[in-house]
Amino acid sequence: MRIASIDTAALAVGLRVGMPLADARAQVGELAVVPHDPVLDQDWLDRLAQGCARYSPLVALDAPDGLILDIAGAEHLYGGEADLVADVERRLARLGLNLRHALGPTADAARALARYQTRPAPDEGQAIRRLPVAALELEAEATTALVRAGLKTIGDLASRPMANIAARFGADAAMALRRLLGDAPSPLDPRIALPPVVAERRFAEPLGSTAHATKVLAELVGEAIGDLAERGKGGRHFRATFFRSDGLARSIAIETGHPTRDTGLVMRLFAERMDSLADPLDPGFGFDMIRLAVPRLEALGATQLKLEGGAVRAANEGAAMDELADRLATRLGRGRVRRLRPADTHIPEQAQLELPAADAPLPLAWPAPEEGEPPTRPFHLFDPPQPIEVIAEVPDGPPHQFRWRRQAHAVRRYEGPERIAAEWWRRRDNGGLTRDYYRVEDAQGRRFWLFRHGLYDEKPNPRWYIHGVFA
Amino acid sequence: MRESSPILAGLRQRIARLATSGGFESRPAGGWLESGHARFDAAIGGGLAAGRTHEFFAADALDATSAAAFAALIALRTPGKAPLIWLRTTDAGKRTGHIYAPGIAELGGDPDRLLLVETADPKMLLACANDAIRCAGSAAVIVESWGKFPLFDLTAGRRLALGARDAGTTLLMLRLNAVPAPSVAETRWSVAAAPSQELEANAPGAPAFALELLRWRGGPAGTRWRLDWNHDEKCFGPNAGDAALSGALLPLPARRAMASHGAAAA
Repeated sequence: MRIASIDTAALAVGLRVGMPLADARAQVGELAVVPHDPVLDQDWLDRLAQGCARYSPLVALDAPDGLILDIAGAEHLYGGEADLVADVERRLARLGLNLRHALGPTADAARALARYQTRPAPDEGQAIRRLPVAALELEAEATTALVRAGLKTIGDLASRPMANIAARFGADAAMALRRLLGDAPSPLDPRIALPPVVAERRFAEPLGSTAHATKVLAELVGEAIGDLAERGKGGRHFRATFFRSDGLARSIAIETGHPTRDTGLVMRLFAERMDSLADPLDPGFGFDMIRLAVPRLEALGATQLKLEGGAVRAANEGAAMDELADRLATRLGRGRVRRLRPADTHIPEQAQLELPAADAPLPLAWPAPEEGEPPTRPFHLFDPPQPIEVIAEVPDGPPHQFRWRRQAHAVRRYEGPERIAAEWWRRRDNGGLTRDYYRVEDAQGRRFWLFRHGLYDEKPNPRWYIHGVFA
Repeated sequence: MRESSPILAGLRQRIARLATSGGFESRPAGGWLESGHARFDAAIGGGLAAGRTHEFFAADALDATSAAAFAALIALRTPGKAPLIWLRTTDAGKRTGHIYAPGIAELGGDPDRLLLVETADPKMLLACANDAIRCAGSAAVIVESWGKFPLFDLTAGRRLALGARDAGTTLLMLRLNAVPAPSVAETRWSVAAAPSQELEANAPGAPAFALELLRWRGGPAGTRWRLDWNHDEKCFGPNAGDAALSGALLPLPARRAMASHGAAAA
């Protein structure tokens, strides 16, 4: 077991990352050890990134322990770069985090400065030139080769012709160098896409109560909906983010099945969502900013207002039904309110998709019933099919008797087999077992859908399953 | 009759008024979910009354599909595109099977009208049913439960029934693997599968249902029915396979063991 990460106190007493745990224990008696959990670290970084969205909408993760913010055009909101940095440090210090920050002309430069800068420099250009070659983050051998060649800083490297560097240390080294110097683009991969409509409010004094926050949210929804109305759009997805003064943020999202500009409806859905949260919204030391984003817009025509005020009731008859579906989906979760959609396959269990009701329907039709014929597909389908024990008169014949859920059923009537082959063109081995389906009726008049999984020449002893029950 | 005290007389009059027109059950229904079988509908006053609660008990755990299909078909028979809201718990798919849309389409129903709502537990099921029932515009609301449903007591049933009456929605309670108990339902049925009319080569025929009317607020209970579903006409018809029983109204004592009727009918 080795040390994956340490804090400043541990660094001060001489522990290093990569040291065996036993050595560290021998060196320091009372060592507090926590198992390394990269997934939790990632989650924590993600939450910090969410909290940093207050400074700039463009926040990129620099795993495992970095965040890159594109503050171009946003720093004046905090009174300049230095004040913005001070604000970041103050907030993150409350969470007990030690911070190393740097500002750079490009994302790569800022990142390298934050991670590798050891000596102060008069300006950014000089600072970059004074960085060690390790800042290029090449492979260990390439870095060693550079150092052995006497090239210790980025400045040393930059003074040589680029073609020579590429020839001697590889194209990667040249590319990394150009990126660091700002000659090649170093695009940022922001964590959050920009929502088209945003309304936000900042508070001089943090809001301590959720009720107040909800009231402010209602105002924000009103603002956002005014914005939507001007564009002739309706929102399908609304996301409220509550920024706490200690730097954390909590997002709550709702979704509607149809574009809407109804403040009442949106607030009802938000209330429904907040009521159903497993861990309720916790103001902590108070919310100092609330932001409402509408990431998904769809066209929605203007509504006619009545002369005496108030909107004319929409001609959409299903409006109440849509609202019910939205409300239930908000309370239970999006995937719990579903509609059945057809899928183009003959494999019975794949022929229907249960999709969230909010999703748009697929342009496929259901199979039409054949006139005068009884249904060939069951009303209830078991997925996965349930194994049964079958007695057949001849091995590849229809079932004579079967036992399902510890109950024996004598087959009185049957129809079949309906042979359904596996989708061999989708399988790597071009194989798959063929199923022989039988519609059977037992002595009590119950109708079942049974199948034998595999023909006798495909498999020595094929198993029987019940796949569904007919009405 | 002369009353000694005018107050007493006033109260008596009030009670008499309440008794003739007061209870919500005695109001005329706004419409009916019809089966399409004229004699069956006539025998229960025009069909299943809209805006009321109707209970369907599966006669046996294995008859769950028959009960579910009967409730779904009678709701999907209604013309138009009004959705059928079907509430069930998450474990229902494992127990009775997933509702299979191609099968519904082959029965002549429109699966696009189904709105499935899955809840984690019966408590949430009841809460969502209360919401769904208060939303006008659905063909019907089916609430599927398995086994005893202690939360669905008389109070809960009455709350649902009042909500259904106010919004004019029809509530179909699907009680699978449960024993019929007193409730505020307008009608209560026991549904079982019935042997179908045999087709060529001994193939099973159209869906057949054996129903027993366990309770009806508007009249006597205890009648039994054998109905076949005709998916071409989208209606229930008399059971063609059993001439003697064909749509016949068989008055039977209301307190008969339910389990026997599969055998009795056969």
